[in-house]
Amino acid sequence: MSARASARAIAAQKGSAPLFAALGDTTRLRLISRLCDGGPMSITGLTVGSNVTRQAITKHLHVLEDAGRAWSTRHGRERVWQLNQRRLNDARRYLELISAQWDDALGRLRELVED
Amino acid sequence: MSTDRIEKKTLLRAPRTRVWRALADSTEFGSWFGVRFDGPFVPGASMRGVIVSTTVNAEIADAQKPYEGVPFEITVEQMEPERLFSFRWHPFAVEGGVDYSVEPTTLVVFALEDAGEGVMLTVTESGFDRIPLGRRAKAFTANEQGWGMVVKLIEEYLVRAR
Repeated sequence: MSARASARAIAAQKGSAPLFAALGDTTRLRLISRLCDGGPMSITGLTVGSNVTRQAITKHLHVLEDAGRAWSTRHGRERVWQLNQRRLNDARRYLELISAQWDDALGRLRELVED
Repeated sequence: MSTDRIEKKTLLRAPRTRVWRALADSTEFGSWFGVRFDGPFVPGASMRGVIVSTTVNAEIADAQKPYEGVPFEITVEQMEPERLFSFRWHPFAVEGGVDYSVEPTTLVVFALEDAGEGVMLTVTESGFDRIPLGRRAKAFTANEQGWGMVVKLIEEYLVRAR
């Protein structure tokens, strides 16, 4: 099936596997969600209203950083974290992958029936 | 956006009988989809097939070559002549040694209606939200094929987190 084939072709691109591994954790997904909605935030800000410790959040942020998903800058005594939007957009593109697979398949159906 | 379903509409400039045959005849279906089934489509039937190269487009056929022979299964649900064809399958069921039969399926529906000089074909695939979280999580690390699911999970999470 071409849908799966093209998925594999895209999956074969290097560099994204660590990115998705880094997202495979609900705490990290939550962090990404908060950074998405709230823009750049300090660790203190990210800890507020969360039942996860500051240390745990710091650890997860470093995983995201290693995956190229987030980065931080120093503001006085605090480190402010933000998402790497370009990589996030890359990830969103994959959501459209399944949709694109159907476009491909339906294009071939058209070639067959309109012949 | 929904994380559970995909909908596609396409206008085909062909007689409705022709479009129906391309969907309901398992050999014709296979020729554009890129799969060879072991028999005709019958409502309720579990169909086994293997991935083959499409005969419709040479360029795409080349791209499909490496995947020839990969097993492929669907269960036909409804067949209402010239109106509706639906089946279930396991999305991303490509990991070796995994029994997908116990897991939820997605439902694929092809619906036909007259539209001007042709046929409006609407394809929906739904049920992605029912795919086990464990399966999706596993896809993060083990199965790059699951990337689409990973991104769905993120979207789903972001929607719920609002």
